[in-house]
Amino acid sequence: MKKIPKPFKNPYFAGTILGVVLFSAFALTHSGLGASGAISRIQVALTKLVWSSHVDRVGTFAAMGAGERNALDHPSLFLLIGTFAGGLISAWLNGRLKIEIFKGPKITNYQRLFFALLGGIIMGYGARFARGCTSGQALSGGAVLSLGSWAFMFSVFLGGYAVAYFVRHLWAD
Amino acid sequence: MLPVDIITELGKAGGYAVFFLIGAGFGIALELAGFGDSRRLAAQFYLKDMTVLKTMFTGILVACLLIFLSSGLGLLDFSQLAVNQTFLWPGIVGGFIMGVGFIVGGYCPGTSLVATASFKIDGLFFLVGTIIGAGLFGESLPGFENFWNSSFTDRFLVSDWLGLSIGATVFIVTIFALVMFYIAEKVEEFFKFKDTNKTWSWKITKRPYLYGAGILIAVAALIWSVGQPDPIRKWKIMEKKYAGQLATRAVFIHPLEYVKTNSESTIKLITLDLRPNKDFEIFHLKGSENVKIEDLLDAKFVAPLAQLPPQGVVVLLADNDSISIKAWQYLKVQGVVNLYILENGLHNWNNLFADKQIHEKAINLASPPAEVLQLFPKNAYIPKIKIGSKKRAGGLCS
Repeated sequence: MKKIPKPFKNPYFAGTILGVVLFSAFALTHSGLGASGAISRIQVALTKLVWSSHVDRVGTFAAMGAGERNALDHPSLFLLIGTFAGGLISAWLNGRLKIEIFKGPKITNYQRLFFALLGGIIMGYGARFARGCTSGQALSGGAVLSLGSWAFMFSVFLGGYAVAYFVRHLWAD
Repeated sequence: MLPVDIITELGKAGGYAVFFLIGAGFGIALELAGFGDSRRLAAQFYLKDMTVLKTMFTGILVACLLIFLSSGLGLLDFSQLAVNQTFLWPGIVGGFIMGVGFIVGGYCPGTSLVATASFKIDGLFFLVGTIIGAGLFGESLPGFENFWNSSFTDRFLVSDWLGLSIGATVFIVTIFALVMFYIAEKVEEFFKFKDTNKTWSWKITKRPYLYGAGILIAVAALIWSVGQPDPIRKWKIMEKKYAGQLATRAVFIHPLEYVKTNSESTIKLITLDLRPNKDFEIFHLKGSENVKIEDLLDAKFVAPLAQLPPQGVVVLLADNDSISIKAWQYLKVQGVVNLYILENGLHNWNNLFADKQIHEKAINLASPPAEVLQLFPKNAYIPKIKIGSKKRAGGLCS
Protein backbone atom coordinates (compact mmCIF):
# COMPACT_ATOMS: atom_id res chain seq x y z
CA MET A 1 0.00 0.00 0.00
CA LYS A 2 1.27 3.39 -0.89
CA LYS A 3 1.69 5.73 2.04
CA ILE A 4 -0.15 8.99 1.67
CA PRO A 5 1.74 11.97 3.06
CA LYS A 6 -0.08 13.66 5.91
CA PRO A 7 -0.92 17.34 5.42
CA PHE A 8 1.48 19.90 6.82
CA LYS A 9 0.68 21.40 10.19
CA ASN A 10 -0.89 24.80 10.54
CA PRO A 11 1.93 27.36 10.14
CA TYR A 12 1.09 29.09 13.43
CA PHE A 13 1.22 25.77 15.24
CA ALA A 14 4.57 24.87 13.66
CA GLY A 15 5.78 28.40 14.39
CA THR A 16 4.85 28.04 18.05
CA ILE A 17 6.89 24.83 18.30
CA LEU A 18 9.72 26.64 16.56
CA GLY A 19 9.47 29.49 19.08
CA VAL A 20 9.54 27.14 22.07
CA VAL A 21 12.57 25.31 20.62
CA LEU A 22 14.28 28.65 20.01
CA PHE A 23 13.58 29.78 23.57
CA SER A 24 14.97 26.55 25.01
CA ALA A 25 18.07 26.98 22.87
CA PHE A 26 18.63 30.40 24.45
CA ALA A 27 17.81 29.17 27.96
CA LEU A 28 20.13 26.17 27.79
CA THR A 29 23.00 27.42 25.65
CA HIS A 30 23.02 31.25 25.78
CA SER A 31 22.61 31.41 22.03
CA GLY A 32 19.85 30.64 19.59
CA LEU A 33 19.68 28.35 16.59
CA GLY A 34 21.89 28.25 13.55
CA ALA A 35 22.81 26.25 10.50
CA SER A 36 25.21 28.24 8.33
CA GLY A 37 27.99 28.26 10.93
CA ALA A 38 28.10 24.49 10.97
CA ILE A 39 27.93 24.39 7.17
CA SER A 40 31.02 26.60 7.02
CA ARG A 41 32.73 24.27 9.45
CA ILE A 42 32.03 21.33 7.17
CA GLN A 43 33.40 23.33 4.27
CA VAL A 44 36.59 24.13 6.22
CA ALA A 45 36.99 20.50 7.28
CA LEU A 46 36.57 19.32 3.68
CA THR A 47 39.03 21.91 2.39
CA LYS A 48 41.47 20.82 5.06
CA LEU A 49 41.30 17.21 3.91
CA VAL A 50 42.55 18.09 0.46
CA TRP A 51 44.54 21.28 1.01
CA SER A 52 45.33 21.92 4.63
CA SER A 53 47.89 24.69 4.12
CA HIS A 54 45.21 26.70 2.37
CA VAL A 55 43.00 26.60 5.47
CA ASP A 56 45.79 28.23 7.46
CA ARG A 57 46.10 31.01 4.88
CA VAL A 58 42.49 32.15 4.44
CA GLY A 59 41.44 34.27 7.42
CA THR A 60 37.89 33.05 7.93
CA PHE A 61 38.89 29.40 7.42
CA ALA A 62 41.83 29.65 9.81
CA ALA A 63 39.57 30.96 12.57
CA MET A 64 37.72 27.63 12.46
CA GLY A 65 40.32 25.06 11.54
CA ALA A 66 43.89 26.37 11.50
CA GLY A 67 46.68 24.02 12.54
CA GLU A 68 45.60 21.51 15.14
CA ARG A 69 42.14 22.99 15.47
CA ASN A 70 39.34 20.63 14.48
CA ALA A 71 36.71 22.66 12.67
CA LEU A 72 34.08 20.04 13.45
CA ASP A 73 34.53 20.06 17.22
CA HIS A 74 31.88 22.64 17.89
CA PRO A 75 28.36 22.53 19.38
CA SER A 76 26.85 24.01 16.21
CA LEU A 77 27.71 20.82 14.37
CA PHE A 78 25.68 18.74 16.80
CA LEU A 79 22.83 21.15 16.37
CA LEU A 80 23.10 20.54 12.64
CA ILE A 81 23.14 16.76 13.00
CA GLY A 82 20.13 17.10 15.30
CA THR A 83 18.28 19.20 12.74
CA PHE A 84 18.95 16.54 10.15
CA ALA A 85 17.71 13.80 12.49
CA GLY A 86 14.61 15.81 13.44
CA GLY A 87 13.76 16.38 9.79
CA LEU A 88 14.25 12.70 9.06
CA ILE A 89 12.07 11.51 11.95
CA SER A 90 9.29 13.96 11.23
CA ALA A 91 9.28 13.17 7.50
CA TRP A 92 9.20 9.47 8.28
CA LEU A 93 6.34 9.73 10.80
CA ASN A 94 4.33 11.85 8.39
CA GLY A 95 4.85 9.69 5.33
CA ARG A 96 6.97 12.25 3.52
CA LEU A 97 10.17 10.24 3.38
CA LYS A 98 10.52 9.73 -0.34
CA ILE A 99 13.25 10.20 -2.92
CA GLU A 100 12.02 12.97 -5.17
CA ILE A 101 12.85 16.31 -6.73
CA PHE A 102 10.62 19.26 -5.97
CA LYS A 103 10.33 21.66 -8.87
CA GLY A 104 8.01 23.82 -10.88
CA PRO A 105 6.28 21.83 -13.65
CA LYS A 106 7.82 23.84 -16.49
CA ILE A 107 11.43 22.81 -15.97
CA THR A 108 13.26 19.50 -16.20
CA ASN A 109 14.87 17.67 -13.33
CA TYR A 110 18.34 18.59 -14.55
CA GLN A 111 17.43 22.23 -14.77
CA ARG A 112 16.01 22.11 -11.27
CA LEU A 113 19.14 20.50 -9.85
CA PHE A 114 21.32 23.04 -11.62
CA PHE A 115 19.36 25.94 -10.14
CA ALA A 116 19.24 24.30 -6.69
CA LEU A 117 23.03 24.11 -6.72
CA LEU A 118 23.36 27.65 -8.04
CA GLY A 119 20.89 29.00 -5.47
CA GLY A 120 22.76 27.12 -2.77
CA ILE A 121 26.05 28.71 -3.81
CA ILE A 122 24.50 32.18 -3.76
CA MET A 123 22.86 31.43 -0.42
CA GLY A 124 26.05 30.05 1.13
CA TYR A 125 27.96 33.11 -0.04
CA GLY A 126 25.31 35.50 1.27
CA ALA A 127 25.02 33.71 4.60
CA ARG A 128 28.72 34.22 5.30
CA PHE A 129 28.45 37.79 4.11
CA ALA A 130 25.61 38.45 6.54
CA ARG A 131 27.29 36.45 9.33
CA GLY A 132 24.43 34.02 9.66
CA CYS A 133 21.53 32.52 7.85
CA THR A 134 17.79 32.63 8.24
CA SER A 135 18.03 30.62 11.46
CA GLY A 136 21.05 32.22 13.07
CA GLN A 137 20.39 35.81 12.11
CA ALA A 138 16.69 36.18 11.43
CA LEU A 139 15.15 33.78 13.95
CA SER A 140 17.64 34.03 16.80
CA GLY A 141 18.56 37.68 16.37
CA GLY A 142 14.95 38.61 15.72
CA ALA A 143 13.79 37.03 18.97
CA VAL A 144 16.30 39.00 21.07
CA LEU A 145 15.41 42.17 19.13
CA SER A 146 18.82 42.69 17.54
CA LEU A 147 18.41 45.62 15.17
CA GLY A 148 20.85 44.22 12.63
CA SER A 149 18.91 40.97 12.47
CA TRP A 150 15.66 42.77 11.77
CA ALA A 151 17.26 44.82 9.02
CA PHE A 152 18.76 41.62 7.64
CA MET A 153 15.43 39.83 7.69
CA PHE A 154 13.68 42.49 5.64
CA SER A 155 16.59 42.49 3.26
CA VAL A 156 16.21 38.73 2.65
CA PHE A 157 12.54 39.16 1.77
CA LEU A 158 13.42 42.16 -0.37
CA GLY A 159 16.04 40.17 -2.28
CA GLY A 160 13.59 37.34 -2.86
CA TYR A 161 10.79 39.58 -4.07
CA ALA A 162 13.14 41.65 -6.24
CA VAL A 163 14.26 38.64 -8.26
CA ALA A 164 11.13 36.45 -8.05
CA TYR A 165 9.61 37.90 -11.22
CA PHE A 166 12.69 37.12 -13.32
CA VAL A 167 12.88 33.50 -12.28
CA ARG A 168 9.14 32.82 -12.28
CA HIS A 169 9.51 30.05 -14.86
CA LEU A 170 11.35 27.99 -12.27
CA TRP A 171 8.24 27.81 -10.12
CA ALA A 172 5.20 28.78 -12.22
CA ASP A 173 2.56 26.24 -13.14
CA MET B 1 18.47 31.23 36.98
CA LEU B 2 18.55 30.90 33.22
CA PRO B 3 20.41 30.74 30.95
CA VAL B 4 22.55 27.79 31.98
CA ASP B 5 25.67 26.84 30.11
CA ILE B 6 24.84 23.28 29.25
CA ILE B 7 28.40 22.29 28.36
CA THR B 8 29.67 23.46 31.76
CA GLU B 9 26.75 21.74 33.48
CA LEU B 10 26.86 18.38 31.76
CA GLY B 11 30.34 18.20 30.31
CA LYS B 12 31.15 18.17 26.65
CA ALA B 13 29.39 14.93 25.73
CA GLY B 14 26.23 15.71 27.65
CA GLY B 15 26.21 19.27 26.39
CA TYR B 16 26.60 18.18 22.78
CA ALA B 17 23.73 15.73 23.32
CA VAL B 18 21.51 18.62 24.37
CA PHE B 19 22.56 20.57 21.28
CA PHE B 20 21.57 17.52 19.27
CA LEU B 21 18.13 17.43 20.93
CA ILE B 22 17.55 21.13 20.36
CA GLY B 23 18.54 20.60 16.74
CA ALA B 24 16.08 17.73 16.50
CA GLY B 25 13.29 19.97 17.79
CA PHE B 26 14.31 22.56 15.21
CA GLY B 27 14.28 19.99 12.41
CA ILE B 28 10.89 18.65 13.45
CA ALA B 29 9.37 22.14 13.60
CA LEU B 30 10.69 22.99 10.12
CA GLU B 31 9.53 19.69 8.66
CA LEU B 32 6.05 19.97 10.18
CA ALA B 33 5.65 23.43 8.67
CA GLY B 34 6.40 22.01 5.23
CA PHE B 35 9.80 23.68 4.93
CA GLY B 36 11.24 20.54 3.38
CA ASP B 37 9.38 21.42 0.18
CA SER B 38 11.03 24.04 -2.03
CA ARG B 39 7.80 24.74 -3.91
CA ARG B 40 6.11 25.77 -0.70
CA LEU B 41 9.03 28.01 0.26
CA ALA B 42 9.26 29.62 -3.17
CA ALA B 43 5.49 30.26 -3.23
CA GLN B 44 6.09 32.85 -0.50
CA PHE B 45 7.68 35.09 -3.10
CA TYR B 46 4.72 34.75 -5.46
CA LEU B 47 2.31 35.56 -2.60
CA LYS B 48 0.42 32.30 -3.07
CA ASP B 49 1.45 30.65 0.16
CA MET B 50 2.61 32.74 3.07
CA THR B 51 3.70 29.81 5.24
CA VAL B 52 7.31 31.04 5.46
CA LEU B 53 6.36 34.43 6.78
CA LYS B 54 3.72 33.07 9.14
CA THR B 55 5.88 30.32 10.63
CA MET B 56 9.02 32.45 10.91
CA PHE B 57 7.36 35.37 12.60
CA THR B 58 5.30 33.14 14.89
CA GLY B 59 8.56 31.47 15.96
CA ILE B 60 10.31 34.79 16.51
CA LEU B 61 7.34 36.26 18.36
CA VAL B 62 6.80 33.27 20.65
CA ALA B 63 10.49 33.05 21.53
CA CYS B 64 10.68 36.82 22.01
CA LEU B 65 7.69 36.84 24.37
CA LEU B 66 9.05 33.89 26.35
CA ILE B 67 12.49 35.50 26.66
CA PHE B 68 11.32 38.90 27.83
CA LEU B 69 8.54 37.53 30.04
CA SER B 70 10.99 35.29 31.89
CA SER B 71 13.49 38.13 32.03
CA GLY B 72 10.84 40.47 33.45
CA LEU B 73 9.85 37.91 36.07
CA GLY B 74 13.48 37.42 37.06
CA LEU B 75 13.81 33.87 35.72
CA LEU B 76 16.31 34.63 32.98
CA ASP B 77 19.23 37.03 32.77
CA PHE B 78 18.91 38.70 29.40
CA SER B 79 22.38 40.25 29.63
CA GLN B 80 23.83 36.73 29.36
CA LEU B 81 22.14 35.85 26.07
CA ALA B 82 24.03 36.02 22.80
CA VAL B 83 22.67 38.93 20.84
CA ASN B 84 23.82 38.96 17.23
CA GLN B 85 26.26 41.76 16.71
CA THR B 86 25.04 44.36 14.30
CA PHE B 87 27.06 44.89 11.15
CA LEU B 88 24.28 46.85 9.54
CA TRP B 89 25.30 47.22 5.89
CA PRO B 90 27.13 43.92 5.42
CA GLY B 91 24.02 42.32 6.95
CA ILE B 92 21.71 44.08 4.54
CA VAL B 93 23.85 43.27 1.49
CA GLY B 94 24.32 39.65 2.62
CA GLY B 95 20.61 39.36 3.32
CA PHE B 96 19.78 40.59 -0.16
CA ILE B 97 22.16 38.05 -1.73
CA MET B 98 20.52 35.34 0.37
CA GLY B 99 17.07 36.41 -0.77
CA VAL B 100 18.24 35.91 -4.37
CA GLY B 101 19.68 32.49 -3.50
CA PHE B 102 16.43 31.62 -1.77
CA ILE B 103 14.24 32.22 -4.80
CA VAL B 104 16.69 30.71 -7.29
CA GLY B 105 17.38 27.59 -5.24
CA GLY B 106 14.17 27.26 -3.28
CA TYR B 107 15.67 26.74 0.18
CA CYS B 108 17.69 28.37 2.92
CA PRO B 109 20.50 26.52 4.73
CA GLY B 110 18.34 25.12 7.56
CA THR B 111 15.47 24.08 5.32
CA SER B 112 17.77 22.46 2.75
CA LEU B 113 19.05 20.31 5.58
CA VAL B 114 15.53 19.15 6.39
CA ALA B 115 14.80 18.57 2.69
CA THR B 116 17.96 16.48 2.37
CA ALA B 117 16.99 14.53 5.48
CA SER B 118 13.69 13.62 3.84
CA PHE B 119 15.47 12.43 0.67
CA LYS B 120 14.75 15.42 -1.57
CA ILE B 121 17.48 15.50 -4.20
CA ASP B 122 17.07 19.21 -4.91
CA GLY B 123 17.61 19.84 -1.20
CA LEU B 124 20.87 17.91 -1.32
CA PHE B 125 22.10 19.89 -4.33
CA PHE B 126 21.24 23.12 -2.57
CA LEU B 127 23.05 22.01 0.58
CA VAL B 128 26.17 21.16 -1.40
CA GLY B 129 25.86 24.59 -3.00
CA THR B 130 25.86 26.34 0.39
CA ILE B 131 29.09 24.55 1.31
CA ILE B 132 30.70 25.73 -1.94
CA GLY B 133 29.31 29.23 -1.46
CA ALA B 134 30.72 29.48 2.06
CA GLY B 135 34.11 28.52 0.65
CA LEU B 136 33.90 31.08 -2.16
CA PHE B 137 33.12 33.75 0.38
CA GLY B 138 36.24 33.01 2.41
CA GLU B 139 38.33 33.18 -0.77
CA SER B 140 36.88 36.48 -1.96
CA LEU B 141 36.72 38.24 1.42
CA PRO B 142 40.16 39.91 1.26
CA GLY B 143 38.78 42.04 -1.59
CA PHE B 144 36.24 43.82 0.60
CA GLU B 145 37.22 43.10 4.18
CA ASN B 146 36.86 46.75 5.22
CA PHE B 147 33.26 46.87 4.10
CA TRP B 148 32.56 43.53 5.75
CA ASN B 149 33.70 44.90 9.10
CA SER B 150 31.96 48.26 8.74
CA SER B 151 28.90 49.79 10.43
CA PHE B 152 29.42 47.77 13.57
CA THR B 153 27.59 48.10 16.87
CA ASP B 154 27.95 45.25 19.29
CA ARG B 155 24.68 44.82 21.10
CA PHE B 156 22.22 47.13 19.46
CA LEU B 157 18.57 46.38 20.05
CA VAL B 158 15.51 47.53 18.18
CA SER B 159 14.47 49.22 21.44
CA ASP B 160 17.73 51.23 21.54
CA TRP B 161 17.09 52.36 18.01
CA LEU B 162 13.48 53.36 18.72
CA GLY B 163 14.47 54.94 22.02
CA LEU B 164 11.76 52.96 23.81
CA SER B 165 11.74 50.50 26.69
CA ILE B 166 12.07 46.81 25.86
CA GLY B 167 8.50 46.22 27.06
CA ALA B 168 7.07 48.83 24.71
CA THR B 169 9.15 47.46 21.84
CA VAL B 170 7.93 43.92 22.48
CA PHE B 171 4.37 45.20 22.42
CA ILE B 172 4.94 47.01 19.12
CA VAL B 173 6.60 43.93 17.61
CA THR B 174 3.61 41.84 18.66
CA ILE B 175 1.11 44.20 17.07
CA PHE B 176 3.30 44.44 13.96
CA ALA B 177 3.44 40.64 13.64
CA LEU B 178 -0.32 40.28 14.10
CA VAL B 179 -1.01 42.90 11.45
CA MET B 180 1.36 41.08 9.13
CA PHE B 181 -0.38 37.75 9.81
CA TYR B 182 -3.70 39.36 9.00
CA ILE B 183 -2.39 40.76 5.74
CA ALA B 184 -0.80 37.40 4.90
CA GLU B 185 -4.10 35.60 5.47
CA LYS B 186 -5.99 38.07 3.30
CA VAL B 187 -3.40 37.93 0.50
CA GLU B 188 -3.61 34.15 0.45
CA GLU B 189 -7.40 34.32 0.39
CA PHE B 190 -7.29 36.81 -2.45
CA PHE B 191 -5.19 34.51 -4.63
CA LYS B 192 -7.29 31.51 -3.70
CA PHE B 193 -10.55 33.20 -4.63
CA LYS B 194 -9.20 35.17 -7.58
CA ASP B 195 -10.64 33.10 -10.38
CA THR B 196 -13.61 31.73 -8.51
CA ASN B 197 -16.91 33.35 -7.71
CA LYS B 198 -16.47 33.10 -3.97
CA THR B 199 -16.93 36.30 -2.07
CA TRP B 200 -13.94 37.70 -0.37
CA SER B 201 -14.13 39.60 2.90
CA TRP B 202 -11.96 41.43 5.40
CA LYS B 203 -13.43 39.45 8.27
CA ILE B 204 -11.41 36.99 10.29
CA THR B 205 -13.34 33.78 9.90
CA LYS B 206 -11.31 31.52 12.12
CA ARG B 207 -12.18 31.82 15.80
CA PRO B 208 -8.97 30.22 17.15
CA TYR B 209 -6.95 32.91 15.35
CA LEU B 210 -8.77 35.62 17.27
CA TYR B 211 -8.20 33.86 20.60
CA GLY B 212 -4.55 33.26 19.73
CA ALA B 213 -4.05 36.91 18.85
CA GLY B 214 -5.76 37.89 22.11
CA ILE B 215 -3.39 35.73 24.15
CA LEU B 216 -0.32 37.15 22.40
CA ILE B 217 -1.47 40.74 22.99
CA ALA B 218 -2.21 39.97 26.65
CA VAL B 219 1.24 38.46 27.19
CA ALA B 220 2.90 41.40 25.43
CA ALA B 221 0.92 43.84 27.60
CA LEU B 222 1.97 41.91 30.69
CA ILE B 223 5.64 42.12 29.67
CA TRP B 224 5.27 45.83 29.12
CA SER B 225 3.59 46.42 32.50
CA VAL B 226 6.00 44.24 34.50
CA GLY B 227 8.97 45.89 32.80
CA GLN B 228 12.52 44.61 32.64
CA PRO B 229 14.35 44.52 35.98
CA ASP B 230 16.58 47.52 36.69
CA PRO B 231 20.02 46.77 38.18
CA ILE B 232 18.74 47.22 41.73
CA ARG B 233 15.90 44.69 41.35
CA LYS B 234 18.17 42.45 39.31
CA TRP B 235 20.73 42.33 42.10
CA LYS B 236 18.03 41.13 44.51
CA ILE B 237 17.22 38.32 42.08
CA MET B 238 20.82 37.38 41.37
CA GLU B 239 22.38 38.01 44.76
CA LYS B 240 22.85 34.30 45.40
CA LYS B 241 24.93 33.88 42.29
CA TYR B 242 27.43 36.66 42.92
CA ALA B 243 27.32 37.62 46.62
CA GLY B 244 29.92 34.97 47.48
CA GLN B 245 32.57 36.73 45.41
CA LEU B 246 32.07 39.86 47.53
CA ALA B 247 31.87 38.04 50.86
CA THR B 248 35.13 36.17 50.28
CA ARG B 249 36.65 39.37 48.90
CA ALA B 250 37.68 37.44 45.81
CA VAL B 251 37.15 40.53 43.68
CA PHE B 252 39.11 42.97 45.83
CA ILE B 253 42.55 43.49 44.34
CA HIS B 254 45.70 44.80 45.94
CA PRO B 255 47.19 48.08 44.57
CA LEU B 256 50.23 46.13 43.38
CA GLU B 257 48.06 43.83 41.33
CA TYR B 258 46.49 46.94 39.86
CA VAL B 259 49.92 48.25 38.87
CA LYS B 260 50.82 44.90 37.38
CA THR B 261 47.58 44.63 35.40
CA ASN B 262 47.96 48.18 34.18
CA SER B 263 51.40 47.39 32.81
CA GLU B 264 50.27 44.39 30.78
CA SER B 265 49.93 45.33 27.17
CA THR B 266 47.44 42.57 26.35
CA ILE B 267 44.91 43.79 28.89
CA LYS B 268 42.56 46.66 28.33
CA LEU B 269 42.13 48.18 31.78
CA ILE B 270 39.33 50.58 32.59
CA THR B 271 39.41 52.33 35.96
CA LEU B 272 36.26 53.97 37.30
CA ASP B 273 36.89 56.40 40.16
CA LEU B 274 33.78 56.86 42.28
CA ARG B 275 35.22 59.47 44.66
CA PRO B 276 33.80 63.01 44.81
CA ASN B 277 34.94 65.19 41.95
CA LYS B 278 36.99 67.54 44.16
CA ASP B 279 39.13 64.64 45.41
CA PHE B 280 39.51 63.39 41.86
CA GLU B 281 40.77 66.84 40.80
CA ILE B 282 43.40 66.78 43.54
CA PHE B 283 44.76 63.37 42.66
CA HIS B 284 43.73 60.49 40.43
CA LEU B 285 45.27 57.53 38.71
CA LYS B 286 46.39 58.14 35.18
CA GLY B 287 43.74 57.01 32.73
CA SER B 288 40.99 56.69 35.32
CA GLU B 289 37.57 58.17 34.82
CA ASN B 290 35.56 60.00 37.46
CA VAL B 291 32.01 58.65 37.59
CA LYS B 292 29.02 58.93 39.87
CA ILE B 293 27.23 55.88 41.18
CA GLU B 294 24.07 56.96 39.31
CA ASP B 295 25.98 56.75 36.02
CA LEU B 296 26.23 53.02 36.56
CA LEU B 297 22.44 52.70 36.38
CA ASP B 298 22.44 54.28 32.94
CA ALA B 299 22.31 51.52 30.34
CA LYS B 300 24.00 53.74 27.74
CA PHE B 301 26.97 54.33 30.02
CA VAL B 302 27.28 50.67 30.95
CA ALA B 303 26.87 49.16 27.47
CA PRO B 304 30.52 49.69 26.38
CA LEU B 305 31.73 48.16 29.65
CA ALA B 306 29.61 45.06 29.14
CA GLN B 307 30.89 44.76 25.58
CA LEU B 308 34.60 44.90 26.29
CA PRO B 309 36.74 42.32 24.52
CA PRO B 310 37.60 39.21 26.58
CA GLN B 311 40.85 40.90 27.66
CA GLY B 312 39.00 43.85 29.17
CA VAL B 313 39.15 44.44 32.92
CA VAL B 314 37.14 47.02 34.85
CA VAL B 315 38.42 48.20 38.24
CA LEU B 316 36.33 50.27 40.61
CA LEU B 317 37.72 52.48 43.32
CA ALA B 318 35.88 54.48 45.95
CA ASP B 319 36.35 56.02 49.39
CA ASN B 320 34.62 53.16 51.15
CA ASP B 321 33.49 49.62 50.54
CA SER B 322 29.80 50.37 50.66
CA ILE B 323 30.05 52.52 47.54
CA SER B 324 32.38 50.27 45.61
CA ILE B 325 30.32 47.18 46.46
CA LYS B 326 27.14 48.84 45.33
CA ALA B 327 28.85 49.86 42.08
CA TRP B 328 30.13 46.31 41.62
CA GLN B 329 26.61 44.92 42.06
CA TYR B 330 25.11 47.35 39.55
CA LEU B 331 27.71 46.54 36.91
CA LYS B 332 27.81 42.81 37.53
CA VAL B 333 24.11 42.30 36.90
CA GLN B 334 24.39 44.32 33.70
CA GLY B 335 26.84 41.81 32.31
CA VAL B 336 30.27 43.36 32.97
CA VAL B 337 32.54 40.33 33.03
CA ASN B 338 35.99 40.97 34.52
CA LEU B 339 35.01 43.34 37.31
CA TYR B 340 37.17 44.14 40.35
CA ILE B 341 37.42 46.59 43.24
CA LEU B 342 40.64 48.28 44.33
CA GLU B 343 41.05 47.27 47.96
CA ASN B 344 40.74 50.34 50.22
CA GLY B 345 40.46 52.65 47.23
CA LEU B 346 43.36 55.09 47.26
CA HIS B 347 43.63 55.24 51.04
CA ASN B 348 46.91 53.41 51.34
CA TRP B 349 48.09 54.05 47.80
CA ASN B 350 50.40 56.92 48.71
CA ASN B 351 51.83 55.18 51.76
CA LEU B 352 52.59 52.14 49.72
CA PHE B 353 54.62 53.92 47.07
CA ALA B 354 55.71 57.14 48.80
CA ASP B 355 59.17 56.01 49.90
CA LYS B 356 59.88 53.92 46.82
CA GLN B 357 62.45 55.07 44.34
CA ILE B 358 63.47 53.87 40.93
CA HIS B 359 66.81 55.02 39.55
CA GLU B 360 67.01 57.23 42.65
CA LYS B 361 63.96 59.19 41.67
CA ALA B 362 60.58 59.22 43.38
CA ILE B 363 58.00 57.45 41.27
CA ASN B 364 55.01 59.04 39.62
CA LEU B 365 52.17 58.16 41.98
CA ALA B 366 49.51 58.61 39.33
CA SER B 367 50.97 55.81 37.25
CA PRO B 368 53.58 53.73 39.04
CA PRO B 369 55.67 51.84 36.47
CA ALA B 370 55.89 48.07 36.47
CA GLU B 371 59.46 48.22 37.79
CA VAL B 372 58.10 49.25 41.16
CA LEU B 373 56.85 45.70 41.64
CA GLN B 374 60.46 44.52 42.02
CA LEU B 375 60.78 46.63 45.16
CA PHE B 376 58.22 44.46 46.91
CA PRO B 377 58.50 40.86 47.98
CA LYS B 378 56.89 38.37 45.57
CA ASN B 379 54.23 37.44 48.11
CA ALA B 380 53.24 41.02 48.92
CA TYR B 381 49.77 40.34 47.58
CA ILE B 382 47.53 37.49 46.48
CA PRO B 383 46.72 37.79 42.77
CA LYS B 384 42.98 37.61 42.16
CA ILE B 385 42.33 38.74 38.61
CA LYS B 386 41.26 35.91 36.37
CA ILE B 387 40.48 36.78 32.81
CA GLY B 388 37.25 34.97 32.05
CA SER B 389 36.14 35.10 28.47
CA LYS B 390 32.48 35.13 27.71
CA LYS B 391 30.79 33.02 25.12
CA ARG B 392 28.14 35.53 24.32
CA ALA B 393 29.30 37.15 21.16
CA GLY B 394 29.01 35.34 17.87
CA GLY B 395 26.69 32.57 18.93
CA LEU B 396 26.37 29.72 16.53
CA CYS B 397 26.94 31.62 13.34
CA SER B 398 30.70 31.72 13.71
